[in-house]
Amino acid sequence: MHPALSVIFFTAVSGTGYGLVFLIGLAFAIDPLACDPFVALLATACGAVLAAAGLTSSTLHLGQPLRAWRAFSQWRSSWLSREGVAAVLCFVPTIALGVLVWRHYPALAGDASDISTASLLRLTGAALAAGAVVTVFCTARIYTSLKTIAAWHNSYVLPGYLLLGLLGGAVTLWTIDALASGDSAPWLQRGVPAVVALCAIAGAALKRAYWRFIDSPRPASTIESATGLGRFGSVRGVEAPHTEENYLTHEMGFVLARKHSARLRQIAALLFAAAPVALVVLATVLPSARVGLSCAIVALVGVTVGTFVERWLFFAEAKHVVMLYYAGTRDRAEG
Amino acid sequence: MTMLPPPSPKKLGLVIDLDTCVGCHACAVACKQWNDGGEFGPLPDEHPYGKDPLGVWFNRVHTYEVRGEERGVRSEGEIKSAVVTALRRLPKAELKNGASPSERSSAFPSPLTPNPSLEMTVHFPRSCLHCETPDCVTVCPTGASYKRAEDGIVLVDEDKCIGCKLCSWACPYGAREYSQVRGTMQKCTLCVDRIYNESFEEIDRQPACVMACPTRARHFGDLGDPDSAVSKLVAERGGYDLMPELGYKPVNKYLPPRPRRDGCSAQPIVATDEKVDFSSAAPLLRWIDKVLSR
Repeated sequence: MHPALSVIFFTAVSGTGYGLVFLIGLAFAIDPLACDPFVALLATACGAVLAAAGLTSSTLHLGQPLRAWRAFSQWRSSWLSREGVAAVLCFVPTIALGVLVWRHYPALAGDASDISTASLLRLTGAALAAGAVVTVFCTARIYTSLKTIAAWHNSYVLPGYLLLGLLGGAVTLWTIDALASGDSAPWLQRGVPAVVALCAIAGAALKRAYWRFIDSPRPASTIESATGLGRFGSVRGVEAPHTEENYLTHEMGFVLARKHSARLRQIAALLFAAAPVALVVLATVLPSARVGLSCAIVALVGVTVGTFVERWLFFAEAKHVVMLYYAGTRDRAEG
Repeated sequence: MTMLPPPSPKKLGLVIDLDTCVGCHACAVACKQWNDGGEFGPLPDEHPYGKDPLGVWFNRVHTYEVRGEERGVRSEGEIKSAVVTALRRLPKAELKNGASPSERSSAFPSPLTPNPSLEMTVHFPRSCLHCETPDCVTVCPTGASYKRAEDGIVLVDEDKCIGCKLCSWACPYGAREYSQVRGTMQKCTLCVDRIYNESFEEIDRQPACVMACPTRARHFGDLGDPDSAVSKLVAERGGYDLMPELGYKPVNKYLPPRPRRDGCSAQPIVATDEKVDFSSAAPLLRWIDKVLSR
């Protein structure tokens, strides 16, 4: 599949944004007093901006972006529509949490004993965490629901989206926390880098299994079933319908990635998994604010670039079943 | 509304005869011409006279070569030995005890053996199959992609389409092509602006591709009606679905090529010496032949 930059940016950046607000929401749901209010505000704002940037980028992919509002209408059948609805609905608890933290800033920052809205904060946090998970779930289901693309229609893709979104969010929160040198509860300050390391390890294991899965295809469809001519023997294309490229060969017949896929997979795993794990270990071994901040920033850059490479491969390596019709004739058209 | 309508009794579609299609592309050209100028149009191309022309066609004609092979029928003993080999290789392989011999032989197919009489070149027109349960409709976020309840035609409302291209990703048959110029998705309309057009003679109320086909390899009709001409043709010729394993239940059917009448493979052309009998030719020609043969 053709890897459109706008869609790669959308899935990677909005995934990170929702991962970030998920963690903030979760922290408030567990203990409204755990998170430093400045860190909470900054992270919530950051998450909202990332999610909004991702959504805006996804509309750049559209042929008629001014009609994008129509995409909220078909949530009963379409995962893309559900994703749009969930993404917009998720802004409600995001903004609500931001407003609540802003209003109760002194209470949250100082003497916490007189805070009266603890349960409301808890509830908003829980709603935000749930909303973020639902939105990324819907994003992934857009791809996993396509039976025509075996590399997407499998059980590795959905957890991959959730895990890498969480990883991106955790590493961003780690950086924000280190930058603000906030006064969060110790379990939260130590927990965030731990989440980074765990997500990185789990993400690497999952992607490894995924790549192994797509490398051993068990195709349900073949050129024989696509043409129905298998009853007469094996089928080979001799002439394509058109001498030039068309929309299908552009969009579904992207072949550039496969040449360097092994190398690119290594680069992706190194950046989004190995680098953050090493940096979390380094920051734990050398507990100084400056080392912590440097580690967090380098890990953030690594995870961001690594996730982009991973997402590029996700699109570029995926083969669409329609290309069966062009089997044997495509190479000649290109050569 | 991208929810699928309840199954309609009327299922308009095409039946394409791969036996008679000669691959002339007339259907594709006629389709492009009609839909460029009809109610749907225009179908603009990108740099049509430039270096890399690109444009939407609703109909594409492929050409395939079939090698000509068939599966022999295996005896019970051969199947048993294949089962034993497979079990040895995969200790966990599950085999139902009650499987019938045919089930067992399909689980362990015999190898393909060449059969030159099945070798052939097949021209293969590919267009929207107006599936009964298409994903291209249900994935649409705007309701632009829809299946008509009254006759099952799958259409795109060009005024609602946002050009997200997801429907084209969901279609395994490559029926949908995106127009960069219009910013929307385009597809075969089954010439909905012809088949119900009352300003046309009855005989002309057919899709442009069907009208254009010089070998009558394309047939239009109601495949939901078992007594229609197209349904009878499908029943008689063993019309089949493309990629039935994906479960979209295409309405359009393809008719397989018929076996060669003499059951033989294509004969190679053998050069033979020309023999001319001058004994019955005119006297002048006989004389010239005599002189030149010296």
